[in-house]
Amino acid sequence: MAVKDYEAVIGLEIHVELLTESKMFCGSAVTFGEEPNTHTCPICLGLPGTLPVTNKKAIEYITMIGLALNCKINPISQFHRKNYFYPDMPKDYQISQYDIPVASNGFLDVELDGGERRVRILRAHIEEDTGKLLHESKSGRLHEAKYSLVDFNRAGTPLAETVTEPDIRSAEQAVAFVSQLRSIVQHLGVSDGNMEEGSLRVDANISLRPVGSNEFGVKAEVKNMNSFRSLKKALNFEIERQEELLRNGGEVHQETRHWDEKLGRTTTLRRKEEVQDYRYFPDPDLVPFNLTEDYVEEIRSKLPELPKDRKKRFIEEYGLPAHDARVLTQSKAVGDYFDEAVKLYKKDPKNVSNWIIGEFSYHLKNANLEIDESAITPKHLVNLLNLIDKKTISGKIAKEVFDEMFNTGKLPDIIVEEKQLVQIVDESEIEKIVDAVLEENAQAVEDLKSGKEKALGFLVGQVMRFSKGKANPEIVNRLIKKKI
Amino acid sequence: MLYELTAYELNKKLQKKEFSSKELTDAVNSRIESVEKNVDAYVTFIEGKPDNNDNVAGIFRNIPVAVKDNICTKGIKTTCSSKILENYVPIYDATVVKKLKEARVAFTGKTNLDEFAMGSSTENSAFKITKNPWDTKRVPGGSSGGSAAAVAAGECIAALGSDTGGSIRQPASFCGVVGMKPTYGLVSRYGLVAFASSLDQIGPITKDVTDCAHLLKAIAGHDAFDSTSLNTEIPDYPKALTSNVKGLKIGVIKELVAEGIESGIEHVFSEAAKKLESKGAQIVEVSMPHIEYALPAYYLIAPSEASSNLARFDGVRYGFRAQAEDLLEMYKKTRSVGFGEEVKRRIMLGTYALSTGYFEAYYGQAQKIRTLIIEDFKKAFEKADVLVSPTTPSTAFEIGEKTDDPLQMYLSDIATIPANLAGIPAISVPCGLSEGLPVGFQIMGKHLDEMTVLKTAYALEQTIEFKEKPKLN
Ligand SMILES: [Zn+2]
Repeated sequence: MAVKDYEAVIGLEIHVELLTESKMFCGSAVTFGEEPNTHTCPICLGLPGTLPVTNKKAIEYITMIGLALNCKINPISQFHRKNYFYPDMPKDYQISQYDIPVASNGFLDVELDGGERRVRILRAHIEEDTGKLLHESKSGRLHEAKYSLVDFNRAGTPLAETVTEPDIRSAEQAVAFVSQLRSIVQHLGVSDGNMEEGSLRVDANISLRPVGSNEFGVKAEVKNMNSFRSLKKALNFEIERQEELLRNGGEVHQETRHWDEKLGRTTTLRRKEEVQDYRYFPDPDLVPFNLTEDYVEEIRSKLPELPKDRKKRFIEEYGLPAHDARVLTQSKAVGDYFDEAVKLYKKDPKNVSNWIIGEFSYHLKNANLEIDESAITPKHLVNLLNLIDKKTISGKIAKEVFDEMFNTGKLPDIIVEEKQLVQIVDESEIEKIVDAVLEENAQAVEDLKSGKEKALGFLVGQVMRFSKGKANPEIVNRLIKKKI
Repeated sequence: MLYELTAYELNKKLQKKEFSSKELTDAVNSRIESVEKNVDAYVTFIEGKPDNNDNVAGIFRNIPVAVKDNICTKGIKTTCSSKILENYVPIYDATVVKKLKEARVAFTGKTNLDEFAMGSSTENSAFKITKNPWDTKRVPGGSSGGSAAAVAAGECIAALGSDTGGSIRQPASFCGVVGMKPTYGLVSRYGLVAFASSLDQIGPITKDVTDCAHLLKAIAGHDAFDSTSLNTEIPDYPKALTSNVKGLKIGVIKELVAEGIESGIEHVFSEAAKKLESKGAQIVEVSMPHIEYALPAYYLIAPSEASSNLARFDGVRYGFRAQAEDLLEMYKKTRSVGFGEEVKRRIMLGTYALSTGYFEAYYGQAQKIRTLIIEDFKKAFEKADVLVSPTTPSTAFEIGEKTDDPLQMYLSDIATIPANLAGIPAISVPCGLSEGLPVGFQIMGKHLDEMTVLKTAYALEQTIEFKEKPKLN
């Protein structure tokens, strides 16, 4: 029998915490990292007798998300109760949406290296977040805990849930989709989209099927992926796991699986038999709400620049290659940074882009920082570029300066002065060093004369070494060639 | 005796300084001391100080008022007559309690109810069975039995109840007092421990229609903390208190005076209707063809909502918690031990009705019936300004008589449930005695037409002159 080729079929559910001032149904502040249970009130604690009142800002935000995802905004929408017992949920039901979400039937064109892929959006709805549990056990899991603590600061925070159709075919595509969605919510200003801090959470439904088949295989849902890296690792692991099962004649179980970052694998969390009946029904405490055409159009007209518009602008206005424009608009902070820097350095946007995508990104990744958390402001970067342009420092020294400025936040001007890194462009000064080097390296000089080009590199290197890297390499090259 | 007077009368006398606020409070307290052991109306008593501020609007300043124990009172136990909330102390006041505090009432205490307002006899309380002051072998009705009995027994001057399917009107009827369920959304539900959110409404239980109008005025009004609260101008309800019903069209609901009604009740009711007719009102017969489905629809919608509303009583954060080895067992034990039989029955019923595969057949169908009943009312109100019926098919029954037969118990709400399903105002006014027990006359009005309901009730009260009092020792 021929070995079958499988393809992965992936659908995503993405929860995004919205940055409203107050919670979804009460006046408590939306916060992160505060002292436990300090931002609660009778309503978000679900005390007997309390009632929810909808935060209009959250409805505005989910409408914005729906529009940015090319969705239809439903003229009448409603809240439902999702009933299940869990200690992090004060009412033992979650106010969510069911058959009439705020937004449905949209799409997002995901940009990939090999082109675009359209991922259809089934729906985008609004709901309330739960509290957070802290299980006192080694594993941090409930069933092994001696006791558990609960923090309700997060309970009632507005959450936007986006559900895609199963249009994604690989972990890379999933990462690209989430990254683009994250950039959208950042550009809309409705969320910081921080995966590590849990303000953007991804669940994935994965199944495999033989290439060419139109049927769906049995799917597993994977949860607990807390970074882009773990998203990619978890999906790849799960695809391989299922493929191995299928190849060996086994079958995939419909179940919920937990991604264990430490072990680097997914493990069974809940089997299908344990799937709960949430007994959705319309929340009688909240009446259906209207999103009129006028309301939707007003929001549409006020939408800020979205990543795809920004990308287009970067290409058209700044003449950037599409790849650069895409990378620079993957997060709002990077796009903002680039815009800011180009304002100060209009002459060569591509040069700015090169530095951001190259050296800067490399440093940020190593330090695990976002661009707006770095000490290097656009002013710093432009200062550095100007020093290179004026030939005050060489490109090589520039990297050294960058390093220093990344670590200390000092302006390049100051670093160059403090470390006396100004490039030597005075020909007579360089000539002295060249003469000395040629005299000391007679063998290399002979080699070069006899046509061994390698010797040139050696001699230039020696001159650079003597000048502590400050000699202008072009001048050094020219002088050595002239003298031999 | 001071405790026998109405709030309106007492306010007049307080203003004339015929006695002091303290004397009034003392009079009610000593009445409580002498009869509470026979009535068992209260779960918790509240000690208060008389208010000395003369610049308070309304007639309720320093008037002893009781509050049903499913309405949250800051710092004072609110038990819902359930073991699961036996020692629960709210950290906030319900909006109605805030309003009564602004009116400077003298709170007497929290009154007994069927656990979580589920019942029609107050026998479902985890703590005590309240007795009917007219005959302490009989139930006071429910679920606001404690409030109705307290008003009837003179253990307070007025009280608040809550009405989901008749829980104010039915006990008011059994106890010979006035009880009103306002239009859904007229009185804030914020702080009322929810039973069935789309049906619950807080309302007054008073000695007469005048006090009812005044108390309604004190508690009605839009509340930003309740999304279902109506943003509407509140009329001056006491202005409705004229006995002029000339030309008023009163529709008798045919289906509610037919079979299943005690003959004594039928007699007292039709005599009362005739008296209204003699005052110039026009009696017409109206039909509500879908009313027979109101009861089954109610017993799907209310338990469905309740099954979700009562989920939060899980032992995690407050209230009773059973000791157990793990979380699931803790949930199960807490709720098995903490809730009484009727509450568990309704949670099960509602959980079932909302389950996948049954939702459309039960909850969905019930909502359709609800729409049909609203339509029935609309048509009926084209023929009449108010609709009337006996409040209950029987007078107060004996304690224990119906506890083994939930369906018989549910039937006592047959006439009161339709108003909750339609969200319209309805009042029960005493209209006579049948074999020594009070009979209630129910008047239902159009959405937000409390004025006509109160006017009709007042006219009835004036013509009937129901002066009998329970002979309680
Ligand atoms: Zn809150």
